[in-house]
This record gives sequence, structure tokens and C-alpha cells, in this order.
Amino acid sequence: MSARTHLPVGQEAIAIKGWIGAHRFLLLRRASQLFFLALFLVGPWFGIWIVEGTLAGSRTLDILPLTDPFVLVQSMVAGHWPALTALIGAAIVVVAYAVLGGRTYCSWVCPINPVTDAAHWLHVKLGLPKGWQPKRNTRLWIALAAILASALTGTIAWELINPITILHRGLIFGLGFSLALIGLIFLFDLLLSRQGWCGHVCPVGAIYGLIGTKSVVRISAANRTACDDCMDCYAVCPENQVISPALKGKDGTSPLILSPDCTNCGRCIDVCAQDVFHFTHRFDNRIGALADLSSAATIGAASPDNGSTHHAEIN
Amino acid sequence: MCLCRIGTGVSGARCSRLARHSHQATGRTGEEDFLSACIRCGLCVRDCPYDTLKLAELGEDGPATGTPYFTARDIPCEMCDDIPCVAACPTGALDPSLTNIDDADMGVAVLVDQENCLNFLGLRCDVCYRVCPVIDEAITLETSHNTRSGHHAIFAPTVHADRCTGCGKCEQSCVLPEAAIKVLPTHLARAESADHYRRGWEEKEANDGPLVDGIIDLPDRLPGPGTDNLATPGGFEPTYKLPGATQ
Ligand code: SF4
Ligand code: SF4
Ligand code: SF4
Ligand code: SF4
Ligand code: SF4
Repeated sequence: MSARTHLPVGQEAIAIKGWIGAHRFLLLRRASQLFFLALFLVGPWFGIWIVEGTLAGSRTLDILPLTDPFVLVQSMVAGHWPALTALIGAAIVVVAYAVLGGRTYCSWVCPINPVTDAAHWLHVKLGLPKGWQPKRNTRLWIALAAILASALTGTIAWELINPITILHRGLIFGLGFSLALIGLIFLFDLLLSRQGWCGHVCPVGAIYGLIGTKSVVRISAANRTACDDCMDCYAVCPENQVISPALKGKDGTSPLILSPDCTNCGRCIDVCAQDVFHFTHRFDNRIGALADLSSAATIGAASPDNGSTHHAEIN
Repeated sequence: MCLCRIGTGVSGARCSRLARHSHQATGRTGEEDFLSACIRCGLCVRDCPYDTLKLAELGEDGPATGTPYFTARDIPCEMCDDIPCVAACPTGALDPSLTNIDDADMGVAVLVDQENCLNFLGLRCDVCYRVCPVIDEAITLETSHNTRSGHHAIFAPTVHADRCTGCGKCEQSCVLPEAAIKVLPTHLARAESADHYRRGWEEKEANDGPLVDGIIDLPDRLPGPGTDNLATPGGFEPTYKLPGATQ
């Protein structure tokens, strides 16, 4: 390993692709998070009613209902059979994320994500220790516990403390005490447990993970032969255990990141100077440089050349 | 029957009312039911044209965090005919079978302080009575003799719980610095009669006669002149006479 491993994460990608190129999906993601928040906020703030409600349940343009499936499941085990509107709303959400990848919600929509990302950024800046790292499936147990608690108490248990909807409601209906809870999550991720909240605790993310188990949209490490082991993708990935099977898989194994934990955030694409990763669908098992994959059909003659250049580089 | 309910979060000096419109399922209070049904989306809040409803803040009312409530003293429910809040609710937490707002049961108004209520002091304030959307049914003025002045009447505002919707207009309008009439959640406002109690007069009416054959109707003693003597003017004669009774 050369001195390059000590370069700050992403520096090489910035040098090659430019700052914007190396932050493409991060910028898109922030834009998307702001967009979804704005959809909810332009109503109460400017009287432009596109979406009413909160992430727990909403109505778009007075027709499209959307309901958080985890909230609805808790409501049902608590003993309430919801009206059709809520059921349809939840079905739409489930189908959408089953296709898109459940945890796409986490990285592209959830308002807590910028908070935990900020905590992580500061955590790395300050060089703080990893802290307490409960097992990843802790969040599944928390989800199960919330469902059981709902059944036993007859209330929607997780909603008592769910920071996602509390923050979202707070932003839309006026902030109060909700800010303190968000501060707690920030501190938890900063001081107690690196990427602890989203990675290990949040049952909403866990449920979205389950929903997206067979999702169509996936990240592929198609160009994995070009990987020069800079480890930058591991450094930026909030769920970096998902990378190895795809990136380090033996010949013949799928280059797809199939773990439902992957949040489809695309940071690995951004940060990789070798363009190893790209977005694709789960049936795309092809291996090769992105340029080859897209141009193979049209300029067939060019690709063998490209391939050999690569080998020359690696050698 | 579908009911709109109100719960109360009484925390310290604060008393906020939670709109708990919900099914009255057997064995559970409407409030418990509501907590399992409301997903805290706030669509009802958005569609209320009077800004009556608010979403409870974290810690404000325990398990009710995020659920809709209203504070009657600030903005009561205006009892819209088309009940937009119910129409907006996607889960049915606000019961869709409530079609007549007069059937809503968001709580019950209680005249909590007779000592300061102006009508009880012998004045004609009547404000709570006049603002009630179900005037003369949910709230009436019951007259009685004013023994202090000796020659006036007391017009006591009296709530009839089965007709009161709990809208809180009376509480909002009470002229006192702190309202003498307040909307309380039904479980606080009302007693519950034991199952085995029967009201003789109701049973008699339903049964067209006493339930027990051969029961003797003893003279009733009521206050008034010559109370224990039925022969004296002002005495009492039972409305229902036992067949064959001689007295
Ligand atoms: S894990 Fe939970 S808090 Fe984190 S982004 Fe996903 S849904 Fe939001
Ligand atoms: S593998 Fe890539 S897209 Fe998936 S979570 Fe990690 S960085 Fe994001
Ligand atoms: S009935 Fe009308 S005023 Fe009352 S809470 Fe519903 S929408 Fe608001
Ligand atoms: S619309 Fe229904 S589910 Fe939504 S906050 Fe109001 S009562 Fe709760
Ligand atoms: S709360 Fe007051 S104003 Fe409303 S129906 Fe009952 S008595 Fe009338």
C-alpha cells in the first residue's frame, strides 16, 4: 500500500472527476431530501397545497394517499383495522420501495439522514472512536419489539419516540421539543455509536430494508477488476459490510450489491476514482468497465482495446 | 353508534383536549381505540377550516404524542356540517360513520364551579347556554327559587350529557377569567351506573306495571307543606296507580 491510502477519502476521485463529479449523488440526494421536505412545507408555509400531512400519512394533490407501512402495521396489531385509504397508501409505498430498494427511503427521503450524516462527518473530522456498535440486526429486534409493544398496549408504540415523524411533524406543524430529540440522535451518533442510529437502531430503516429485499434497483461493482483497494468506498458507505461480497467476490460471483442494507445512496459511485460502481438492475450481472458495458453494443470493436489497456494499467 | 371523543391531558395547570373521534369498540375506551388508530398524519388538522385542531407535542400527553387535540378555551370545534376532519382521516381514526355532527361525542361539558358561575349567583349571564350549537337540548336553563334574595330565580345552566357533543363553545365563551363550564373527557365527566341498578319508574313504564306482582306502593314523602299527609293540599299523588290499590 502506498501513501495514497493516507489521502483523505475521496481526494483522488475529486482530482479525477472534479468536486461536483465526486459528489454527484450526494448533491442529488440532498436535493431529493430537500425536495420531499419542500413538498410538505410549501403548503403550510406558502399555501401551495401539493402534499398534505406528514411522512406517517399524506395526501398528494388531493388524491394520492401514502402511508408509512411500519406505522400502519403497528396500528393494525394494536387492534385497529384501518380505512381503505390508509391501506392503499401503504400498498403504494411498499410496491414503490420494493422496486426501488427499501432503504432508498433512508438515503433519499428520510429527514433524519442529513442529521446522522452531519454527525458522521463531524465524527470523522474529530477522529472519535467507533464507540458502542450493537449488532446490525438489533434494529430488526427493535422493530419486532415495537410491533409487540403495540399489540400489548393497543397504541402505535414506536410513534411515541419515532424521531423521523417527530422531526417531520415538528418541521411542518412547528418545532418545539422535537428539536431536542433530534439533538439527542446527533449526539448519539457523534459520541456514543458511529453511524449507530441508522445502521443499528432505527426500526423504520430495518423495515424498509425488509421491503427492499428483492428490489430491482441495485448498485453493481461491475468494474471491480479496476479496483485499486483505496478503501474509499468502505470509508463512505454507511453499511460498508455490503460492499465486500460484490467488490471482492471471486470470478463468477455476482458483482451486484444484493444486501438489502445498501441504502442506494450512491456515495460509493461518487467516491471511487476508478468508476467501479454504477446503478443498475438486479438482473444485470455483467462485469466490465462502465464505458464497455454501455458502448459494447454500438462500438463492439472498441471494447477489447479498452479491456487490454486496463490490464496493462493493473499490471 | 359512532362517537367523536375528546381526551384530556391534564398536566399540572395545563389542560388540553384531545380530539378522540373513534369507534366505540366493546371493552375499550374510545381513547385507547384512538391511540391504535391515529397515525399522527395531521390531515385532520389541515382540513379543519377553523384551525381548531393541533397535533400534540412530544411529552405533552404521553402516548398521545402527535395526535390531534383541541383546546376549547382557545378555539373550540365549530361543529361543521360536512365534518371535514373526519373526511380527511385516512385510517378511520376519526370515525367515518359519523355523519351528523350533533352525534359527536368529543367529551361532555360540566359546570365545574357553581360558586362562581354568574347564573348560579342569581344573574342572567346565560352566555354558555346561548352559544351552544345544540341549545335547549345539550344545555338548558333550569329555574329554581333564589333563596338568598327570596324573590328571584336561579337559571342554572344544565348540561344533558347524551346531547352534548363536547364542542367546547360554552367553555370558550364563559365570561369568567377561568371558565366555570369546562369540557371534560367523558370518563372523567360521567359516572357509570352499576349494571344491577334498575330505575323503578323506568322499569314500570317499560313493563306497563311493576316488575314484582303484588308490590305495595307506600306513600311517598316529599318536601312541601304538609309533607307526610297526603290529604293536605300540595301533597303528592303517584302518577301510576297500582290496580286495585285503595289509598
Ligand atoms: S435508518 Fe431510519 S433514520 Fe436512518 S435514514 Fe433510514 S429511516 Fe431514516
Ligand atoms: S454500497 Fe454504495 S450505495 Fe450502497 S449504501 Fe454503501 S455507499 Fe451507499
Ligand atoms: S368539526 Fe369542523 S371545526 Fe370541528 S374539528 Fe372538525 S373540522 Fe374542525
Ligand atoms: S387524520 Fe386521522 S390519522 Fe391523521 S392525525 Fe387526524 S385523526 Fe390521526
Ligand atoms: S360543549 Fe357546551 S356548547 Fe358544546 S354542545 Fe356541549 S354544552 Fe353545547
